Amino acid sequence: MTDSATSSSPFPLETAAHPERLRRVAIDPVSRVEGHGKVTLLLDEDNRVQQARLHIVEFRGFEAFIVGRPYWEVPVMVQRLCGICPVSHHLAASKALDRVLGVTQLTPSAEKMRRLMQYGQILQSHALHFFHLSSPDLLFGFDSDVRQRHIVGVIEAHPDIAKKGVLLRKFGQEVVRATSGKRIHGTGSVPGGINRHLSPADHRLLRGDAAQMVQWSLDAVHLTAQLHAAEPALYNRFAAFDSNFLSLVRPDDGAMDLYDGRLRCIDPTGQRLVNDVDDQRYLDLIEEEARSWSYMKFPYLRTLGREAGWYRVGPLARVQTCDIIPTPLAEAERQRFLAWGAGRQVGGSLAYHWARMIEVLHCAEIIQTLLEDPDLREGEMMAPLLPPGERPGEGVGIIEAPRGTLIHHYRVGEDDLVTHCNLIVSTTHNNQAMNEAVRAVARDDFDGRDITEGLLNHIEVAIRAYDPCLSCATHALGQMPLEVSLVNADGSLRDQVLRAPGGTLQRPSLAG
Amino acid sequence: MMHSAVSATERAPLLVLAWGNRSRGDDALGPLALDALQTWANDAGLGAQIEFLEDHQLQVEHALDLAHRSQVLFIDASVRAAPPFEVRAVQPLRDHSFTSHALSPEAVLAACPLVGVAVPPATLLGIRGEAFELGADLRGAAAAHLAAAVAWAQAWLASASSTSMNRAATSKPV
Repeated sequence: MTDSATSSSPFPLETAAHPERLRRVAIDPVSRVEGHGKVTLLLDEDNRVQQARLHIVEFRGFEAFIVGRPYWEVPVMVQRLCGICPVSHHLAASKALDRVLGVTQLTPSAEKMRRLMQYGQILQSHALHFFHLSSPDLLFGFDSDVRQRHIVGVIEAHPDIAKKGVLLRKFGQEVVRATSGKRIHGTGSVPGGINRHLSPADHRLLRGDAAQMVQWSLDAVHLTAQLHAAEPALYNRFAAFDSNFLSLVRPDDGAMDLYDGRLRCIDPTGQRLVNDVDDQRYLDLIEEEARSWSYMKFPYLRTLGREAGWYRVGPLARVQTCDIIPTPLAEAERQRFLAWGAGRQVGGSLAYHWARMIEVLHCAEIIQTLLEDPDLREGEMMAPLLPPGERPGEGVGIIEAPRGTLIHHYRVGEDDLVTHCNLIVSTTHNNQAMNEAVRAVARDDFDGRDITEGLLNHIEVAIRAYDPCLSCATHALGQMPLEVSLVNADGSLRDQVLRAPGGTLQRPSLAG
Repeated sequence: MMHSAVSATERAPLLVLAWGNRSRGDDALGPLALDALQTWANDAGLGAQIEFLEDHQLQVEHALDLAHRSQVLFIDASVRAAPPFEVRAVQPLRDHSFTSHALSPEAVLAACPLVGVAVPPATLLGIRGEAFELGADLRGAAAAHLAAAVAWAQAWLASASSTSMNRAATSKPV
């Protein structure tokens, strides 16, 4: 790293002093994440990295899409943001619209059904991410044969692990279906409550498998712990850096709560920077900065400013900001995880996977416990709603989505139409952190070396640890190749690598 | 474990699996075709013969939905299909989509034996779409493609369900 070259930015390697003199490497798109991202590296004549950025190149425009719609449509519509975590948007919107309608306390049945939906959602999303997208890197190595480094490779080499992953995700989706009414775009949560109970058939179905899911989740936690123990130097070093951490925690006891709570932020030593902040006051806490080279904003704590106030969210944040996980097996595993940090916060990006599996275990335990509760199958579904003219008309819903803290904020007019919508999605909170991870890898692993598929994958592994959701579009039939171009300072193409179908690399001959 | 998901022998013999985002213009072609076919099947008294599933995108666990099916019809919008639609048989293939978050129908079939599911005969109906903007409605041409594709799928399902029922009748104990 050459500090002098990055003096124009408060973040080392974010902005080179003279980019026009540097060669450019682009990774476009980043694979095995939800949506499309792009990484650019600028190299000097010695192949030393002078600038590294993760760009989010797709603009969603979803907030504008929501304005003008009747409020009751919103919890269903926002699910179309994403194919992986639609339920998080469904519930965050529902929570915000509860407030719009003056509801501050749900009925017991509504709260528990929503919680069951949320914990099923996180379980299925985490299982997808770890087993399908990340376990190939972790089990085979970042530089392993790309023909093996995918979910089918895992199934072939570790059939027991892979099958558990597939069935864990399936179980989570069954929870979502049973609580929301449909596999996707369910309608189970509505502003002010819910519109269904858990059916007897679904209750029997889920209850019959719950204990097995707890055991398999525990196996997954142990697998991630073993991976750390096998290569501690790698797991401590790779894309590791200090940061603040933000999440919701339960009022009173600071326990992990993935559905509701108060905002807390800690620094790398565990000191609380922010504590017990009402979710309705998020705008007092968080500022978002736009930068010219990315559509995605960069949030930070107002009190600390843009240079010191950025933070990480998601599993790694949640297991460290909370005081306890309120289920016994997951809490025991959290203690083992914290011991790995030896008194400091665990900062390695790969630790996200370990923390993510601890959360899977927590979700499985919560689901098993909730399924014993009769309120899921009977009881009042809706809280009383205030009539127009008396309701507040504005509300914020914050939930812990699989990837981290998710904020929905709406204003609704007397005509029931949405007049304002602000969404801060989990991946946006992690924008600065993902850029820091890319820079750490660029500096430590990429500097001065030639392009190889394995080396490129190091950068993608770092991004993938955050499980970013970069796009909410689904795709028509087609393919998503990887193209990497190395461009000379004068703009001429120096080298080009294409990742062809099947994962093999090709270097097409360059004209001229 | 997960008996309901893996070994549900009471499942409908035919599966129609469509995917896409209903809020993104022509990406809704798959789900809209599914809606039309489901209404038609119910009116035709074929509801018990055919299960209809919709999702945002295909994933490995969809292999579990393919268990105990005599035929599977995949439906998606396609930017490559010749208008109004293309139909082709789908064979298991471990293609590049295994490295992505959204699998191809071929890759889902390839995953079947790996999760203990016999690979069923499968057909892909790719409906030509052109515009996928957020909030957009179907393009005019896409609506015509949809109508043509649904008509083809109705005939295909009627034939497949007839075959399926004949097989079931002949396999009953005397």
